[in-house]
Amino acid sequence: MTIALFITCFNDTLFPNTGKAVVTILERLGHQVAFPEEQTCCGQMHFNTGYQSEALPLIKRFVRVFSEYECIVSPSASCVGMVRDMYQYAAEVAKDKGLAAEVKALAPRVYELSELLVNKLGLVDVGAYYPHRVTYHPTCHSIRGIRVGDAPEQLLRAVRGIDYVPLPAAEECCGFGGTFAIKNADTSMAMLSDKMRNITGTRAEVCVAADNSCLMHIGGALHRQRTGVKIAHLAEVLASGEQA
Amino acid sequence: MKPDSVIIELSPEFSVGAKQALQNTQLRRNMGKATQTIRAKRATVVGELPNWESLRDAGERIKAETMAHLDVYIERLEKNIQAAGGTVHWASTAAQANEIVTKLIQATKSKHIIKVKSLTTDEIRLNEALEAAGITPIETDLAELIIQLAHEKSSHILVPAIHKNRSEIRELFQKAMHLPDLTDEPKELAAAARTFLREKFMTVKVATSGANFAIAETGSVCVVESEGNGRMCLTLPDVLITVMGIEKILPRWEDLGVFMQLLPRSSTGERMNPYTSIWTGVHPGDGPQEFHIVLLDNGRTQVLGDSVGRQTLHCIRCSACINICPVYERTGGHAYGSVYPGPIGAILTPQLVGTEHAASLPYASSLCGACYDVCPVKINIPEVLVHLRGRVVREKHSHVSGWLDPESIGMSGLGQVFGNRMAYEGAQTMGKLAQWLFVHDGYIENGPGPLGAWTAMRDLQAIPDQTFRQWWRERNEHDDHA
Repeated sequence: MTIALFITCFNDTLFPNTGKAVVTILERLGHQVAFPEEQTCCGQMHFNTGYQSEALPLIKRFVRVFSEYECIVSPSASCVGMVRDMYQYAAEVAKDKGLAAEVKALAPRVYELSELLVNKLGLVDVGAYYPHRVTYHPTCHSIRGIRVGDAPEQLLRAVRGIDYVPLPAAEECCGFGGTFAIKNADTSMAMLSDKMRNITGTRAEVCVAADNSCLMHIGGALHRQRTGVKIAHLAEVLASGEQA
Repeated sequence: MKPDSVIIELSPEFSVGAKQALQNTQLRRNMGKATQTIRAKRATVVGELPNWESLRDAGERIKAETMAHLDVYIERLEKNIQAAGGTVHWASTAAQANEIVTKLIQATKSKHIIKVKSLTTDEIRLNEALEAAGITPIETDLAELIIQLAHEKSSHILVPAIHKNRSEIRELFQKAMHLPDLTDEPKELAAAARTFLREKFMTVKVATSGANFAIAETGSVCVVESEGNGRMCLTLPDVLITVMGIEKILPRWEDLGVFMQLLPRSSTGERMNPYTSIWTGVHPGDGPQEFHIVLLDNGRTQVLGDSVGRQTLHCIRCSACINICPVYERTGGHAYGSVYPGPIGAILTPQLVGTEHAASLPYASSLCGACYDVCPVKINIPEVLVHLRGRVVREKHSHVSGWLDPESIGMSGLGQVFGNRMAYEGAQTMGKLAQWLFVHDGYIENGPGPLGAWTAMRDLQAIPDQTFRQWWRERNEHDDHA
């Protein structure tokens, strides 16, 4: 199957290794990856901060770029949530019936990586080997937005060599929240300090999540405090193999 | 709509109040303990009901239907209350409601009133209006009494004194009730309050209340509580005055069955609350002989007119969203500057007073969605927050100066960049070049401009040398040559 990669502007620029990992996993599973180079940003930052009219052209752009693909995957639960849950609302606000119809057709074909692997392709073991002590932070948009359930944990538990430790109070927000981390930096950090305490308490070497945005937040504080704990996107763990 | 129409302190932005609150060690400890305890209780009792999701659906459906035909139900309620011997008053603003209540009390010649815990009377600042007219309101809910004696404001809609621990309450009671030997045993504290309040129940002849529900079909009004002090106020006085927001109406008696399952489990984490009082008009020889209800608008019909914001009026004030909120857990309620704090406050307050008077509240959330998951009537709070953020920005952009603030300039610039592939790829390269001054060992530890708010507390990972798309292109070129 040909699967179009919606890399997201954030991963494209800041976390290229996550994109490479998605390509590795999908090709290892025998699929073809397409990367439409006209893609830029889904508009989430603009939309969620209130800049709806600035977000609208980006939403239309996404729909135009990806409409021709049957199956689209993204290593970002948050951006997938934007497309699946907020695009419809954005089209309604803009009173654009044509866009609403296009979104309705496109949105169900956009999958987050763990959803694609576990729910659509029916896989749990993707042939990964990762001999490290790992904990997993289920990001808000993955569990309460697009509701991936325990698909990421199922994938992690099937990784050979992994020492998977559940994270206490895992479902609580890390405090990122997009521009919230800047506008309400103190509250954001107060939330993050509790998340950090839970992460370091697991004695994990690596904190994994399905969103690099939240991981950048968590990782930024883990690094500032020299905890020795690093971050990795779920895709990077799943792409690891003994040959790598 | 004027900002004084709802209780909101036109204080600094949420972030400023939050920063102060975050530094209060006692508050952080009290709030963390209290919210986590009540969350766990709620999760247990909600988990007992296999049909919880269908109850939530039913709650949502009934509320949506009520809002769609509010004009019909509100007239039906008025007619049925009047038929049962009650008097109905209409107030479109807080000031009107306060004037009506003050005149009704003055007509009784009473200089004191006892109060059932009521958010609506907090919203209209009834106590202040009564005190200005020489009438002393006495709060009878234990937590409200604590707040009143401490001359403070509530920090939680259900547990107004949640920010105080028992040692603080002991010190307060010692002074206010002249009890030098009082200990901080909860039993002793409750007994002190009981002695203080019993005397008021026996002597004061006028009471005010809010309402959890009013049934249009029967003209009945319902108050749900834990302590029984509300029951005292609703049964002992000669005159009862209820102030109720128009959105509290339920169409039918049978609807109460749904909400009596949803409310106690969501609010106090109990299967059933200890005291539920329902009354219909007046009955000779039984309870208050004079019953007035003030139906309050105070911005509600304006909210009703907005198709996305309207669901905010479905709220049954259970406080599940407040208890689950990771922001509220850390800042407490005072940072919101409103009688309605937490997620529901962040969407209700700006709609009642106008977003221009509470522009920071829709941003007082990380959009984590925990509030939506626990809401017993399925109010999509994150959706309304984003909707209101859109309104805040549109209002800001209605002035030329609004386009010139750094955020607007940045957002507009980024919008252009993302709108064009060449501009986007150019910006990626620019970013890589521009960051060199600030990057040390792969991280920015002291960023410029708005990045400073990030790097004050966390490091920022630098942009790597190669973007994903550059790698992709390189790989494909390589493959082509191979």
